[in-house]
Amino acid sequence: MIGFLSRRLLSAIPVLFVVSLVTFLILWLVPGDITAEIAGPDATAEDLAAIRARLGLDRPLWERALAWYADLFRGDLGYSYLLNRPVSEAVLERLPVTLSLAGLALVMATAMGMLLGILAAVRHNTLVDQGAMVTALIGLSIPDFWFGIVMIILFGVWLGWFPTGGFVPLAEDPVGWARSMALPAITLALTQMGVIARMTRSAMLDVLGQDYIRTARAKGMKRSTVVFRHGLRNAMIPIVTVVGVITGVLLSGAVVIETVFSLPGVGRLIIGAIQRRDFPIIQGGLLITACVFVFVNILVDMLYAWFDPRVRNDR
Amino acid sequence: MTADAGPAAAPPSLAREVARARRRRRQGFLKRLFGHPSFLIGFMILAAFTMTALLAEWLAPYGPTRINYRAILAPPSAEHWLGTDGFGRDILSRVIHGTQVSLRIGIYVVVLTGIMGTVLGTLASYVRWLDALIMRGLDGLMAFPGVLLAIALAAALGPSETNAMIALTVAFTPRTARVVRASVLVVQEMQYIEAARAVGAGHGRIVFRYILANALSPLIVQLTFVFAVSIIAEAILSFLGVGPPPPAPSLGNIIADGRSYVQEAWWIAVFPGIVIAVAVLGLNLMGDGLRDVLDPRQRLGRDGH
Repeated sequence: MIGFLSRRLLSAIPVLFVVSLVTFLILWLVPGDITAEIAGPDATAEDLAAIRARLGLDRPLWERALAWYADLFRGDLGYSYLLNRPVSEAVLERLPVTLSLAGLALVMATAMGMLLGILAAVRHNTLVDQGAMVTALIGLSIPDFWFGIVMIILFGVWLGWFPTGGFVPLAEDPVGWARSMALPAITLALTQMGVIARMTRSAMLDVLGQDYIRTARAKGMKRSTVVFRHGLRNAMIPIVTVVGVITGVLLSGAVVIETVFSLPGVGRLIIGAIQRRDFPIIQGGLLITACVFVFVNILVDMLYAWFDPRVRNDR
Repeated sequence: MTADAGPAAAPPSLAREVARARRRRRQGFLKRLFGHPSFLIGFMILAAFTMTALLAEWLAPYGPTRINYRAILAPPSAEHWLGTDGFGRDILSRVIHGTQVSLRIGIYVVVLTGIMGTVLGTLASYVRWLDALIMRGLDGLMAFPGVLLAIALAAALGPSETNAMIALTVAFTPRTARVVRASVLVVQEMQYIEAARAVGAGHGRIVFRYILANALSPLIVQLTFVFAVSIIAEAILSFLGVGPPPPAPSLGNIIADGRSYVQEAWWIAVFPGIVIAVAVLGLNLMGDGLRDVLDPRQRLGRDGH
């Protein structure tokens, strides 16, 4: 297991290299002189010169890339002149909100999706199956940010059950926190549940058709034991795979949903930075979110190894 | 390349037989495709969406940017079926015109992603020494969650329709290239490829005529999903203000307008979203149908975007 883990960690290095390179190149894509935009409206000529020197905009691209990597290794993601603080500080401060939103949505989507998928597989080719699959398909066709707005109109404006936006920190008021996170998390979960439901169903159908399932049923085991102990456990690998993919979708979904519900996460920070054209923040936010996703993928691979010993030894 | 002359040099009667057999197979394929309920429903939805976009000039009751100060935030009525926005612009007309942007972006992104994905995927599997290089690069791009990379790219390039297409193509190419690579890897080990090489077919002929022709099915299925995701992603970019800029309507920026009016005018945000959801549902149904007919082994849930 330790060998597997270290191999997996090593393979993340080239990925992180490309991620940081792409993030670096984004600044280079911006047309025109960006110094003035990064400095903000009330910058002096000295400020401009200082920023130009810091970002090295007068130096060749490869020198700037080297400087970027040198800074990265020291944990320095740059400086936001518009917010007047280091990028890493601004992003890391906002990260918990985004992670808890994505995490909540992930738990809900996985629970509901697996339930729906198992139900559809067990009641294969019945109305239950078709109903579950139509629900799943509609769920994954709905744009999540729009669904968020519909939820606000429905439960916030018309029924008044939930706040229409804003955030209460968990430490201040747990109930207020739950109320402010409920709609955004449900929105994200409902639109991603379908993907998990479809995968669960097809994986379960594959497994339930196997001989050992018939044997287990034939020797008189309880149906629920067969479905969960024998069936689900062997169907977990493809389900874990989609859950991993979903996590990436949920992370970027959280970015957009935060804007809809005015939650102070990394997403809202990035979107605000896009409107102010504060590029260091955009780069930092993008880089850290991608790193979180890379880390999640490693976790998913560890889960594989846990569910399937062959994975541990084969690679 | 003498081998290339092979089939053409066959007696004319045989060539006719081959052509007839091909036509029959194609007809059988279309019959199975349109006999698949998911594909048929999806196809009809997409056809309706396409016709709406093409005939927008004639279908829209008002000009999409025509301002009417006497009908500001008017709820749905006989005059304005879907109501009006904060400038008194007719939502139905804006939605109808907005479908053009979605369709244009969808088509361009599908074509560009298809080309880029095929080139990169084929190079990676056919040219051994390029494989690691290309795949590590694509892995890196895929490490950015979902449409986040597209959002950042579009923000850097500036808000425009062309830049949105570029950003989405960069974001969706890696997964598509992986799909192409996986299917080319299987096909290029087939015996008929070895046979083609043995009779002296060149790389170009082998790749285009034999490998790609037989490895296309997963790509086609993947591209219908790219189309679906592009329509949602265009809406997200426009909603965040990095898509095609206003006042020209796109389904996303109408929803963005509506976000500020959730208290007093729900109809602005709700209707364009329904249109997006229906169009995406149609494409997903088409993709499911195509997968069932083209590639029965792969009946799995849709990959994320």
